[in-house]
Amino acid sequence: MTQAQASHSAATMDIAAVEAEARRKIRARKQLVIGLRIAILVIVLGGWEGGARLGWIDPFFFSQPSAIVAQIVEWMVEGTSQGPLWTQVLVTLEETVLGFLIGSVAGVIAGIILGRNKLLSDVFSLYIQIANSIPRVVLGSIFVIAFGLGMASKVALAVVMVFFVVFANAFQGVREADRYMIANAQILGASPRQVTMAVVIPSALSWILASLHVSFGFALVGAVVGEFLGSKQGIGLLISTAQGAFNASGVFAAMIVLAVVALAADWLLHALERRLLKWRPQAF
Amino acid sequence: MNAIHQQAFTPAGQAAQATPAIELRNVSCRFITADGRATVALRDFSMSVARGEFVAVVGPTGCGKSTTLSLITGLLKPTLGEVRVMGQPVNGIDPRIGFVFQNDAVFPWRSVRDNVAAGPMFRGQSKEQAHALADEWIRRVGLDKFGDHYPHQLSGGMRKRVALAQTFINSPEILLMDEPFSALDMQTRTLMQDELLRLWSAHSGSVVFVTHDLEEAIALADKVYVLTARPATLKSVYPIDLPRPRVMEEVRYEQRFIDTSRRIWADLREEVHIA
Repeated sequence: MTQAQASHSAATMDIAAVEAEARRKIRARKQLVIGLRIAILVIVLGGWEGGARLGWIDPFFFSQPSAIVAQIVEWMVEGTSQGPLWTQVLVTLEETVLGFLIGSVAGVIAGIILGRNKLLSDVFSLYIQIANSIPRVVLGSIFVIAFGLGMASKVALAVVMVFFVVFANAFQGVREADRYMIANAQILGASPRQVTMAVVIPSALSWILASLHVSFGFALVGAVVGEFLGSKQGIGLLISTAQGAFNASGVFAAMIVLAVVALAADWLLHALERRLLKWRPQAF
Repeated sequence: MNAIHQQAFTPAGQAAQATPAIELRNVSCRFITADGRATVALRDFSMSVARGEFVAVVGPTGCGKSTTLSLITGLLKPTLGEVRVMGQPVNGIDPRIGFVFQNDAVFPWRSVRDNVAAGPMFRGQSKEQAHALADEWIRRVGLDKFGDHYPHQLSGGMRKRVALAQTFINSPEILLMDEPFSALDMQTRTLMQDELLRLWSAHSGSVVFVTHDLEEAIALADKVYVLTARPATLKSVYPIDLPRPRVMEEVRYEQRFIDTSRRIWADLREEVHIA
Protein backbone atom coordinates (compact mmCIF):
# COMPACT_ATOMS: atom_id res chain seq x y z
CA MET A 1 0.00 0.00 0.00
CA THR A 2 2.65 2.49 1.08
CA GLN A 3 4.69 1.35 -1.82
CA ALA A 4 1.78 1.98 -4.18
CA GLN A 5 1.31 5.47 -2.70
CA ALA A 6 4.97 6.18 -3.06
CA SER A 7 4.99 5.14 -6.69
CA HIS A 8 1.82 7.17 -7.24
CA SER A 9 3.37 10.36 -5.83
CA ALA A 10 6.49 9.65 -7.81
CA ALA A 11 4.36 9.51 -10.90
CA THR A 12 2.73 12.89 -10.14
CA MET A 13 6.14 14.42 -9.50
CA ASP A 14 7.20 12.99 -12.79
CA ILE A 15 4.26 14.60 -14.55
CA ALA A 16 4.97 17.96 -12.93
CA ALA A 17 8.57 17.72 -14.05
CA VAL A 18 7.56 16.73 -17.58
CA GLU A 19 5.12 19.64 -17.76
CA ALA A 20 7.69 22.12 -16.48
CA GLU A 21 10.13 20.82 -19.06
CA ALA A 22 7.51 21.12 -21.85
CA ARG A 23 6.63 24.68 -20.81
CA ARG A 24 10.28 25.61 -20.79
CA LYS A 25 10.63 24.26 -24.34
CA ILE A 26 7.58 26.17 -25.56
CA ARG A 27 8.99 29.40 -24.06
CA ALA A 28 12.40 28.77 -25.55
CA ARG A 29 10.89 28.28 -28.98
CA LYS A 30 8.87 31.50 -28.77
CA GLN A 31 12.03 33.38 -27.82
CA LEU A 32 13.88 31.78 -30.71
CA VAL A 33 11.21 32.93 -33.19
CA ILE A 34 11.24 36.49 -31.85
CA GLY A 35 15.03 36.54 -31.81
CA LEU A 36 15.24 35.36 -35.43
CA ARG A 37 12.70 37.97 -36.52
CA ILE A 38 14.76 40.74 -34.94
CA ALA A 39 17.90 39.31 -36.47
CA ILE A 40 16.39 39.37 -39.97
CA LEU A 41 15.26 42.96 -39.52
CA VAL A 42 18.71 44.00 -38.35
CA ILE A 43 20.44 42.15 -41.20
CA VAL A 44 18.21 43.60 -43.92
CA LEU A 45 18.22 47.19 -42.64
CA GLY A 46 21.87 47.00 -41.61
CA GLY A 47 22.85 45.53 -44.95
CA TRP A 48 20.92 48.22 -46.77
CA GLU A 49 22.43 51.01 -44.70
CA GLY A 50 25.92 49.52 -44.82
CA GLY A 51 25.66 48.80 -48.55
CA ALA A 52 24.62 52.40 -49.19
CA ARG A 53 27.47 53.80 -47.10
CA LEU A 54 30.06 51.51 -48.69
CA GLY A 55 28.82 52.47 -52.14
CA TRP A 56 27.49 49.03 -53.15
CA ILE A 57 23.99 50.45 -53.43
CA ASP A 58 23.41 53.88 -54.92
CA PRO A 59 21.41 55.83 -52.29
CA PHE A 60 20.31 58.26 -54.99
CA PHE A 61 18.09 55.56 -56.48
CA PHE A 62 17.46 53.25 -53.55
CA SER A 63 17.89 55.58 -50.57
CA GLN A 64 18.99 54.24 -47.19
CA PRO A 65 17.19 53.59 -43.88
CA SER A 66 18.76 56.53 -42.05
CA ALA A 67 17.74 58.92 -44.84
CA ILE A 68 14.18 57.53 -44.79
CA VAL A 69 13.93 58.04 -41.04
CA ALA A 70 15.36 61.53 -41.41
CA GLN A 71 12.77 62.26 -44.11
CA ILE A 72 9.88 61.11 -41.88
CA VAL A 73 11.20 63.16 -38.96
CA GLU A 74 11.56 66.18 -41.20
CA TRP A 75 7.99 65.79 -42.44
CA MET A 76 6.72 65.44 -38.89
CA VAL A 77 8.69 68.40 -37.54
CA GLU A 78 8.72 70.86 -40.42
CA GLY A 79 5.83 69.62 -42.51
CA THR A 80 5.87 68.60 -46.15
CA SER A 81 5.95 70.83 -49.20
CA GLN A 82 2.12 70.67 -49.28
CA GLY A 83 1.49 71.29 -45.59
CA PRO A 84 1.74 69.28 -42.35
CA LEU A 85 2.16 65.50 -42.64
CA TRP A 86 -0.92 64.87 -40.52
CA THR A 87 -3.09 66.76 -42.96
CA GLN A 88 -1.82 64.55 -45.78
CA VAL A 89 -2.48 61.40 -43.76
CA LEU A 90 -5.94 62.60 -42.78
CA VAL A 91 -6.87 63.53 -46.36
CA THR A 92 -5.85 60.11 -47.67
CA LEU A 93 -7.48 58.38 -44.75
CA GLU A 94 -10.72 60.28 -45.25
CA GLU A 95 -10.84 59.34 -48.93
CA THR A 96 -10.05 55.74 -48.10
CA VAL A 97 -12.61 55.42 -45.31
CA LEU A 98 -15.34 57.13 -47.33
CA GLY A 99 -14.65 54.95 -50.34
CA PHE A 100 -14.45 51.87 -48.17
CA LEU A 101 -17.75 52.58 -46.40
CA ILE A 102 -19.70 53.50 -49.52
CA GLY A 103 -18.22 50.65 -51.54
CA SER A 104 -18.73 47.98 -48.92
CA VAL A 105 -22.26 49.02 -47.96
CA ALA A 106 -23.25 49.13 -51.63
CA GLY A 107 -21.48 45.82 -52.22
CA VAL A 108 -23.23 44.12 -49.33
CA ILE A 109 -26.66 45.40 -50.35
CA ALA A 110 -26.19 44.48 -54.01
CA GLY A 111 -24.79 41.07 -53.04
CA ILE A 112 -27.75 40.28 -50.83
CA ILE A 113 -30.34 41.45 -53.35
CA LEU A 114 -28.80 39.48 -56.19
CA GLY A 115 -28.05 36.48 -54.00
CA ARG A 116 -31.67 36.26 -52.92
CA ASN A 117 -33.07 36.58 -56.45
CA LYS A 118 -32.30 33.75 -58.84
CA LEU A 119 -33.28 35.55 -62.05
CA LEU A 120 -31.35 38.74 -61.26
CA SER A 121 -28.30 36.73 -60.29
CA ASP A 122 -28.42 34.64 -63.48
CA VAL A 123 -28.74 37.77 -65.60
CA PHE A 124 -26.13 39.93 -63.87
CA SER A 125 -23.50 37.37 -62.92
CA LEU A 126 -21.93 37.53 -66.38
CA TYR A 127 -21.55 41.31 -66.34
CA ILE A 128 -20.18 41.30 -62.83
CA GLN A 129 -17.56 38.78 -63.84
CA ILE A 130 -16.59 41.01 -66.76
CA ALA A 131 -16.51 44.15 -64.61
CA ASN A 132 -14.42 42.30 -62.04
CA SER A 133 -11.82 41.29 -64.61
CA ILE A 134 -11.28 44.84 -65.90
CA PRO A 135 -8.29 46.50 -64.20
CA ARG A 136 -10.43 49.09 -62.46
CA VAL A 137 -7.54 51.36 -61.43
CA VAL A 138 -7.63 52.69 -64.98
CA LEU A 139 -11.00 54.24 -64.22
CA GLY A 140 -9.08 56.68 -61.99
CA SER A 141 -8.19 58.74 -65.06
CA ILE A 142 -11.86 59.00 -65.99
CA PHE A 143 -12.79 60.03 -62.47
CA VAL A 144 -10.12 62.75 -62.35
CA ILE A 145 -11.45 64.13 -65.64
CA ALA A 146 -15.05 63.90 -64.47
CA PHE A 147 -14.83 64.89 -60.81
CA GLY A 148 -11.73 67.11 -60.81
CA LEU A 149 -8.74 67.22 -58.54
CA GLY A 150 -10.74 67.26 -55.29
CA MET A 151 -11.70 64.43 -52.99
CA ALA A 152 -14.62 63.13 -55.09
CA SER A 153 -12.47 61.50 -57.76
CA LYS A 154 -10.40 59.57 -55.17
CA VAL A 155 -13.46 58.44 -53.26
CA ALA A 156 -15.05 57.28 -56.52
CA LEU A 157 -11.99 55.22 -57.40
CA ALA A 158 -11.84 53.70 -53.90
CA VAL A 159 -15.57 52.84 -54.12
CA VAL A 160 -15.10 51.06 -57.44
CA MET A 161 -12.10 49.16 -56.06
CA VAL A 162 -14.01 48.01 -52.97
CA PHE A 163 -17.45 47.42 -54.37
CA PHE A 164 -16.76 44.38 -56.53
CA VAL A 165 -14.72 42.54 -53.93
CA VAL A 166 -17.34 42.97 -51.22
CA PHE A 167 -20.14 42.33 -53.65
CA ALA A 168 -18.69 39.05 -54.89
CA ASN A 169 -18.19 37.82 -51.33
CA ALA A 170 -21.60 38.91 -50.05
CA PHE A 171 -23.19 37.26 -53.08
CA GLN A 172 -21.33 34.02 -52.49
CA GLY A 173 -22.12 34.11 -48.77
CA VAL A 174 -25.83 34.55 -49.45
CA ARG A 175 -25.84 31.71 -51.98
CA GLU A 176 -24.17 29.42 -49.47
CA ALA A 177 -26.71 30.05 -46.71
CA ASP A 178 -27.82 26.61 -45.55
CA ARG A 179 -31.17 25.77 -47.12
CA TYR A 180 -32.23 23.69 -44.15
CA MET A 181 -31.67 26.68 -41.91
CA ILE A 182 -33.76 28.81 -44.23
CA ALA A 183 -36.52 26.19 -44.29
CA ASN A 184 -36.33 25.95 -40.50
CA ALA A 185 -36.79 29.70 -40.13
CA GLN A 186 -39.71 29.67 -42.58
CA ILE A 187 -41.49 26.91 -40.71
CA LEU A 188 -40.83 28.62 -37.38
CA GLY A 189 -42.81 31.51 -38.83
CA ALA A 190 -40.27 33.88 -40.42
CA SER A 191 -41.40 36.19 -43.21
CA PRO A 192 -39.08 36.56 -46.25
CA ARG A 193 -37.70 39.74 -44.66
CA GLN A 194 -37.08 37.96 -41.39
CA VAL A 195 -35.38 35.10 -43.23
CA THR A 196 -33.01 37.62 -44.81
CA MET A 197 -32.29 39.41 -41.54
CA ALA A 198 -32.11 36.40 -39.23
CA VAL A 199 -30.55 33.72 -41.43
CA VAL A 200 -29.12 34.96 -44.70
CA ILE A 201 -27.19 37.99 -43.45
CA PRO A 202 -25.66 36.32 -40.40
CA SER A 203 -24.57 33.34 -42.43
CA ALA A 204 -23.05 35.58 -45.10
CA LEU A 205 -21.32 37.67 -42.46
CA SER A 206 -18.14 35.63 -42.24
CA TRP A 207 -17.73 35.92 -46.01
CA ILE A 208 -18.41 39.64 -45.90
CA LEU A 209 -15.98 40.29 -43.06
CA ALA A 210 -13.26 38.31 -44.80
CA SER A 211 -13.69 40.52 -47.84
CA LEU A 212 -13.54 43.71 -45.74
CA HIS A 213 -9.94 42.92 -44.77
CA VAL A 214 -8.86 42.74 -48.38
CA SER A 215 -10.99 45.62 -49.52
CA PHE A 216 -9.65 48.17 -47.04
CA GLY A 217 -6.30 47.66 -48.71
CA PHE A 218 -7.99 48.15 -52.09
CA ALA A 219 -9.62 51.35 -50.89
CA LEU A 220 -6.22 52.64 -49.85
CA VAL A 221 -4.78 51.74 -53.25
CA GLY A 222 -7.71 53.50 -54.92
CA ALA A 223 -7.23 56.68 -52.88
CA VAL A 224 -3.44 56.81 -53.34
CA VAL A 225 -3.57 56.06 -57.07
CA GLY A 226 -6.28 58.70 -57.43
CA GLU A 227 -4.05 61.24 -55.73
CA PHE A 228 -1.18 60.13 -57.86
CA LEU A 229 -3.17 60.82 -61.02
CA GLY A 230 -3.99 64.34 -59.98
CA SER A 231 -4.71 66.07 -56.70
CA LYS A 232 -3.86 68.96 -54.42
CA GLN A 233 -3.34 67.00 -51.17
CA GLY A 234 -2.65 63.53 -49.81
CA ILE A 235 0.05 60.93 -49.51
CA GLY A 236 -0.29 59.93 -53.14
CA LEU A 237 0.64 63.47 -54.15
CA LEU A 238 3.54 63.31 -51.68
CA ILE A 239 4.85 60.24 -53.48
CA SER A 240 4.30 61.82 -56.86
CA THR A 241 6.13 64.99 -55.78
CA ALA A 242 9.01 62.99 -54.34
CA GLN A 243 9.25 61.03 -57.56
CA GLY A 244 9.35 64.24 -59.58
CA ALA A 245 12.19 65.53 -57.41
CA PHE A 246 14.14 62.24 -57.68
CA ASN A 247 13.73 61.92 -53.90
CA ALA A 248 13.79 58.15 -53.31
CA SER A 249 13.76 58.63 -49.53
CA GLY A 250 10.49 60.55 -49.86
CA VAL A 251 8.85 57.67 -51.76
CA PHE A 252 9.96 55.12 -49.17
CA ALA A 253 8.95 57.39 -46.29
CA ALA A 254 5.45 57.84 -47.75
CA MET A 255 5.25 54.09 -48.22
CA ILE A 256 6.01 53.51 -44.56
CA VAL A 257 3.39 56.04 -43.48
CA LEU A 258 0.85 54.19 -45.66
CA ALA A 259 1.86 50.84 -44.19
CA VAL A 260 1.25 52.13 -40.67
CA VAL A 261 -2.20 53.38 -41.66
CA ALA A 262 -3.06 50.04 -43.29
CA LEU A 263 -1.86 48.03 -40.29
CA ALA A 264 -3.90 50.13 -37.87
CA ALA A 265 -7.02 49.69 -40.00
CA ASP A 266 -6.45 45.96 -40.24
CA TRP A 267 -6.17 45.72 -36.48
CA LEU A 268 -9.48 47.59 -36.06
CA LEU A 269 -11.20 45.28 -38.54
CA HIS A 270 -9.87 42.27 -36.67
CA ALA A 271 -11.36 43.56 -33.44
CA LEU A 272 -14.70 44.11 -35.18
CA GLU A 273 -14.62 40.61 -36.63
CA ARG A 274 -13.88 39.03 -33.26
CA ARG A 275 -16.86 40.85 -31.80
CA LEU A 276 -19.30 39.98 -34.58
CA LEU A 277 -18.25 36.36 -34.97
CA LYS A 278 -17.95 35.36 -31.34
CA TRP A 279 -20.47 32.58 -31.97
CA ARG A 280 -17.97 30.78 -34.18
CA PRO A 281 -15.83 27.96 -32.82
CA GLN A 282 -12.20 28.98 -32.38
CA ALA A 283 -10.19 28.34 -35.51
CA PHE A 284 -7.50 25.79 -34.94
CA MET B 1 -51.01 -9.19 -46.78
CA ASN B 2 -50.50 -5.90 -48.42
CA ALA B 3 -54.12 -5.41 -49.34
CA ILE B 4 -55.49 -6.48 -45.96
CA HIS B 5 -53.55 -3.83 -44.15
CA GLN B 6 -54.55 -1.03 -46.42
CA GLN B 7 -58.16 -2.05 -46.31
CA ALA B 8 -58.23 -2.30 -42.59
CA PHE B 9 -56.78 1.13 -42.15
CA THR B 10 -57.58 3.83 -44.57
CA PRO B 11 -61.38 4.00 -44.49
CA ALA B 12 -61.81 3.02 -40.84
CA GLY B 13 -59.37 5.69 -39.67
CA GLN B 14 -61.21 8.37 -41.57
CA ALA B 15 -64.60 7.44 -40.21
CA ALA B 16 -63.47 7.43 -36.60
CA GLN B 17 -62.30 11.03 -36.52
CA ALA B 18 -64.19 13.86 -38.18
CA THR B 19 -61.27 15.18 -40.21
CA PRO B 20 -57.80 13.71 -40.12
CA ALA B 21 -54.97 16.06 -39.22
CA ILE B 22 -53.11 15.21 -42.40
CA GLU B 23 -54.38 13.63 -45.57
CA LEU B 24 -52.50 12.79 -48.73
CA ARG B 25 -54.81 11.63 -51.51
CA ASN B 26 -53.29 9.80 -54.50
CA VAL B 27 -50.33 12.12 -54.51
CA SER B 28 -47.65 11.94 -57.18
CA CYS B 29 -44.61 14.13 -57.17
CA ARG B 30 -42.27 14.73 -60.06
CA PHE B 31 -39.08 16.74 -59.93
CA ILE B 32 -37.55 18.55 -62.84
CA THR B 33 -33.80 18.63 -62.40
CA ALA B 34 -31.65 21.63 -63.38
CA ASP B 35 -30.78 20.00 -66.73
CA GLY B 36 -34.43 19.52 -67.53
CA ARG B 37 -34.93 15.83 -66.76
CA ALA B 38 -37.89 14.57 -64.77
CA THR B 39 -37.66 12.08 -61.92
CA VAL B 40 -40.61 10.70 -60.02
CA ALA B 41 -40.19 10.73 -56.25
CA LEU B 42 -43.67 9.69 -55.19
CA ARG B 43 -46.33 7.78 -57.12
CA ASP B 44 -50.01 7.56 -56.24
CA PHE B 45 -49.38 7.74 -52.51
CA SER B 46 -52.16 8.03 -49.95
CA MET B 47 -51.79 8.52 -46.23
CA SER B 48 -54.00 9.69 -43.43
CA VAL B 49 -52.91 10.78 -39.97
CA ALA B 50 -55.54 11.19 -37.26
CA ARG B 51 -55.32 13.94 -34.65
CA GLY B 52 -52.97 12.97 -31.88
CA GLU B 53 -51.65 10.00 -33.84
CA PHE B 54 -47.97 9.12 -34.13
CA VAL B 55 -47.16 7.82 -37.60
CA ALA B 56 -43.79 6.60 -38.77
CA VAL B 57 -42.80 6.35 -42.43
CA VAL B 58 -40.06 3.88 -43.33
CA GLY B 59 -38.59 2.94 -46.68
CA PRO B 60 -35.29 2.32 -48.41
CA THR B 61 -32.81 5.20 -48.63
CA GLY B 62 -33.58 7.85 -51.18
CA CYS B 63 -37.04 6.53 -51.95
CA GLY B 64 -38.87 9.80 -51.34
CA LYS B 65 -39.80 9.60 -47.67
CA SER B 66 -38.75 13.17 -47.03
CA THR B 67 -40.79 14.31 -50.00
CA THR B 68 -43.97 13.42 -48.10
CA LEU B 69 -42.95 15.88 -45.37
CA SER B 70 -42.11 18.65 -47.82
CA LEU B 71 -45.58 18.20 -49.32
CA ILE B 72 -47.25 18.57 -45.93
CA THR B 73 -45.30 21.74 -45.10
CA GLY B 74 -46.18 23.26 -48.43
CA LEU B 75 -42.49 23.77 -49.31
CA LEU B 76 -43.28 21.46 -52.25
CA LYS B 77 -46.41 21.16 -54.38
CA PRO B 78 -47.67 17.77 -55.59
CA THR B 79 -47.74 17.19 -59.35
CA LEU B 80 -50.95 15.19 -59.02
CA GLY B 81 -53.31 14.54 -56.13
CA GLU B 82 -54.20 16.55 -53.08
CA VAL B 83 -52.65 17.28 -49.70
CA ARG B 84 -54.90 18.44 -46.87
CA VAL B 85 -53.94 19.65 -43.43
CA MET B 86 -56.74 19.88 -40.84
CA GLY B 87 -59.23 19.44 -43.67
CA GLN B 88 -57.90 22.38 -45.67
CA PRO B 89 -55.83 22.12 -48.86
CA VAL B 90 -52.21 23.08 -48.19
CA ASN B 91 -51.44 26.62 -49.26
CA GLY B 92 -48.08 27.86 -48.08
CA ILE B 93 -46.54 27.10 -44.73
CA ASP B 94 -49.13 26.32 -42.08
CA PRO B 95 -48.32 27.95 -38.70
CA ARG B 96 -49.66 24.86 -36.91
CA ILE B 97 -46.80 22.77 -38.28
CA GLY B 98 -43.48 22.13 -36.59
CA PHE B 99 -40.52 20.52 -38.31
CA VAL B 100 -37.40 18.86 -36.92
CA PHE B 101 -34.65 18.40 -39.48
CA GLN B 102 -32.10 15.67 -39.93
CA ASN B 103 -29.20 18.09 -40.09
CA ASP B 104 -28.45 20.71 -37.54
CA ALA B 105 -30.78 23.51 -38.51
CA VAL B 106 -30.33 25.55 -35.34
CA PHE B 107 -28.77 28.95 -35.96
CA PRO B 108 -25.08 28.80 -34.97
CA TRP B 109 -24.85 32.59 -34.41
CA ARG B 110 -27.61 32.59 -31.82
CA SER B 111 -27.33 31.47 -28.22
CA VAL B 112 -29.51 28.56 -27.10
CA ARG B 113 -32.03 31.00 -25.63
CA ASP B 114 -32.25 33.07 -28.81
CA ASN B 115 -32.56 29.91 -30.88
CA VAL B 116 -35.46 28.61 -28.85
CA ALA B 117 -37.09 32.06 -28.79
CA ALA B 118 -36.83 32.36 -32.59
CA GLY B 119 -40.32 30.98 -33.36
CA PRO B 120 -42.29 33.24 -31.00
CA MET B 121 -40.22 36.25 -32.06
CA PHE B 122 -40.77 35.56 -35.76
CA ARG B 123 -44.46 35.36 -34.92
CA GLY B 124 -44.48 38.80 -33.39
CA GLN B 125 -44.08 38.27 -29.65
CA SER B 126 -42.00 40.75 -27.69
CA LYS B 127 -38.45 39.81 -26.77
CA GLU B 128 -39.27 39.55 -23.05
CA GLN B 129 -42.26 37.25 -23.64
CA ALA B 130 -40.34 35.10 -26.07
CA HIS B 131 -37.36 34.80 -23.74
CA ALA B 132 -39.51 33.90 -20.76
CA LEU B 133 -41.20 31.19 -22.81
CA ALA B 134 -37.85 30.03 -24.17
CA ASP B 135 -36.40 29.68 -20.68
CA GLU B 136 -39.35 27.49 -19.75
CA TRP B 137 -38.72 25.23 -22.75
CA ILE B 138 -34.97 25.15 -22.19
CA ARG B 139 -35.73 23.87 -18.70
CA ARG B 140 -38.14 21.27 -20.04
CA VAL B 141 -35.51 19.76 -22.34
CA GLY B 142 -32.97 19.81 -19.50
CA LEU B 143 -30.61 22.52 -20.75
CA ASP B 144 -31.12 24.98 -17.86
CA LYS B 145 -27.46 25.80 -17.54
CA PHE B 146 -26.84 26.27 -21.24
CA GLY B 147 -29.13 29.16 -22.17
CA ASP B 148 -26.23 31.46 -22.99
CA HIS B 149 -24.12 28.87 -24.80
CA TYR B 150 -23.71 28.84 -28.54
CA PRO B 151 -24.56 25.67 -30.48
CA HIS B 152 -20.92 24.85 -31.26
CA GLN B 153 -20.29 24.58 -27.52
CA LEU B 154 -22.89 21.80 -27.19
CA SER B 155 -22.83 18.10 -28.02
CA GLY B 156 -24.88 16.67 -30.88
CA GLY B 157 -27.54 15.40 -28.48
CA MET B 158 -27.81 18.78 -26.78
CA ARG B 159 -28.18 20.54 -30.11
CA LYS B 160 -31.04 18.14 -30.91
CA ARG B 161 -32.66 19.13 -27.62
CA VAL B 162 -32.38 22.76 -28.70
CA ALA B 163 -34.03 21.84 -32.01
CA LEU B 164 -36.86 20.05 -30.16
CA ALA B 165 -37.42 23.01 -27.81
CA GLN B 166 -37.29 25.37 -30.78
CA THR B 167 -40.05 23.39 -32.47
CA PHE B 168 -42.22 22.58 -29.45
CA ILE B 169 -42.27 26.19 -28.22
CA ASN B 170 -44.66 27.01 -31.08
CA SER B 171 -46.97 24.24 -29.76
CA PRO B 172 -47.47 22.75 -33.21
CA GLU B 173 -50.58 20.63 -33.75
CA ILE B 174 -48.65 18.72 -36.37
CA LEU B 175 -45.07 17.69 -35.84
CA LEU B 176 -43.02 16.53 -38.80
CA MET B 177 -39.66 14.88 -38.21
CA ASP B 178 -37.19 13.98 -40.94
CA GLU B 179 -34.78 11.35 -39.58
CA PRO B 180 -34.12 13.67 -36.66
CA PHE B 181 -31.91 11.34 -34.66
CA SER B 182 -30.03 9.55 -37.42
CA ALA B 183 -26.81 11.50 -36.85
CA LEU B 184 -26.68 10.65 -33.13
CA ASP B 185 -24.90 7.73 -31.51
CA MET B 186 -26.94 4.80 -30.23
CA GLN B 187 -27.14 5.81 -26.55
CA THR B 188 -27.96 9.43 -27.27
CA ARG B 189 -30.56 8.37 -29.80
CA THR B 190 -32.36 6.21 -27.25
CA LEU B 191 -32.38 9.11 -24.79
CA MET B 192 -33.73 11.49 -27.40
CA GLN B 193 -36.48 9.04 -28.40
CA ASP B 194 -37.64 8.91 -24.79
CA GLU B 195 -37.43 12.69 -24.61
CA LEU B 196 -39.56 12.97 -27.74
CA LEU B 197 -42.22 10.59 -26.41
CA ARG B 198 -42.29 12.51 -23.11
CA LEU B 199 -42.74 15.88 -24.86
CA TRP B 200 -45.29 14.46 -27.28
CA SER B 201 -47.43 12.80 -24.60
CA ALA B 202 -47.61 16.09 -22.69
CA HIS B 203 -48.57 17.91 -25.83
CA SER B 204 -50.58 15.40 -27.91
CA GLY B 205 -50.22 16.65 -31.48
CA SER B 206 -50.06 14.49 -34.57
CA VAL B 207 -46.60 13.31 -35.58
CA VAL B 208 -45.19 12.12 -38.87
CA PHE B 209 -41.78 10.64 -38.23
CA VAL B 210 -39.67 9.70 -41.25
CA THR B 211 -36.84 7.27 -40.60
CA HIS B 212 -34.90 4.45 -42.21
CA ASP B 213 -34.51 2.80 -38.81
CA LEU B 214 -37.29 0.23 -38.53
CA GLU B 215 -36.84 -0.36 -34.79
CA GLU B 216 -37.09 3.32 -34.10
CA ALA B 217 -40.30 3.48 -36.14
CA ILE B 218 -41.92 0.57 -34.29
CA ALA B 219 -40.83 1.76 -30.86
CA LEU B 220 -42.23 5.25 -31.33
CA ALA B 221 -45.27 5.01 -33.58
CA ASP B 222 -48.92 3.99 -33.51
CA LYS B 223 -48.81 3.15 -37.19
CA VAL B 224 -45.93 2.36 -39.54
CA TYR B 225 -46.16 3.15 -43.26
CA VAL B 226 -43.78 1.12 -45.41
CA LEU B 227 -42.82 2.67 -48.74
CA THR B 228 -41.47 0.91 -51.81
CA ALA B 229 -38.21 1.70 -53.58
CA ARG B 230 -38.15 4.73 -55.87
CA PRO B 231 -40.54 5.92 -57.23
CA ALA B 232 -42.06 5.42 -53.81
CA THR B 233 -45.60 4.34 -53.31
CA LEU B 234 -47.33 2.77 -50.32
CA LYS B 235 -46.42 -0.87 -49.80
CA SER B 236 -48.27 -1.58 -46.57
CA VAL B 237 -49.43 -0.11 -43.27
CA TYR B 238 -48.86 -1.77 -39.91
CA PRO B 239 -50.62 -0.82 -36.70
CA ILE B 240 -48.35 -1.06 -33.65
CA ASP B 241 -50.31 -2.10 -30.58
CA LEU B 242 -47.55 -1.87 -28.01
CA PRO B 243 -48.92 -0.27 -24.83
CA ARG B 244 -47.95 3.29 -23.86
CA PRO B 245 -46.13 4.80 -22.12
CA ARG B 246 -43.20 3.06 -23.74
CA VAL B 247 -39.65 3.05 -22.45
CA MET B 248 -37.12 2.84 -25.25
CA GLU B 249 -34.54 0.73 -23.47
CA GLU B 250 -37.16 -1.91 -22.62
CA VAL B 251 -39.68 -1.93 -25.42
CA ARG B 252 -37.25 -3.29 -27.98
CA TYR B 253 -36.80 -6.51 -25.98
CA GLU B 254 -40.52 -7.34 -25.75
CA GLN B 255 -41.68 -10.36 -27.70
CA ARG B 256 -44.43 -8.41 -29.44
CA PHE B 257 -41.92 -5.82 -30.60
CA ILE B 258 -39.65 -8.50 -31.99
CA ASP B 259 -42.50 -10.24 -33.84
CA THR B 260 -43.72 -7.01 -35.40
CA SER B 261 -40.22 -6.04 -36.31
CA ARG B 262 -39.63 -9.36 -38.06
CA ARG B 263 -42.91 -9.09 -39.98
CA ILE B 264 -42.26 -5.56 -41.25
CA TRP B 265 -38.63 -6.25 -42.01
CA ALA B 266 -39.62 -9.15 -44.27
CA ASP B 267 -41.73 -6.67 -46.18
CA LEU B 268 -39.15 -3.90 -46.26
CA ARG B 269 -36.25 -6.14 -47.19
CA GLU B 270 -37.51 -6.73 -50.73
CA GLU B 271 -37.57 -2.99 -51.31
CA VAL B 272 -34.16 -2.41 -49.82
CA HIS B 273 -32.76 -4.99 -52.21
CA ILE B 274 -34.34 -3.24 -55.18
CA ALA B 275 -32.99 0.13 -54.02
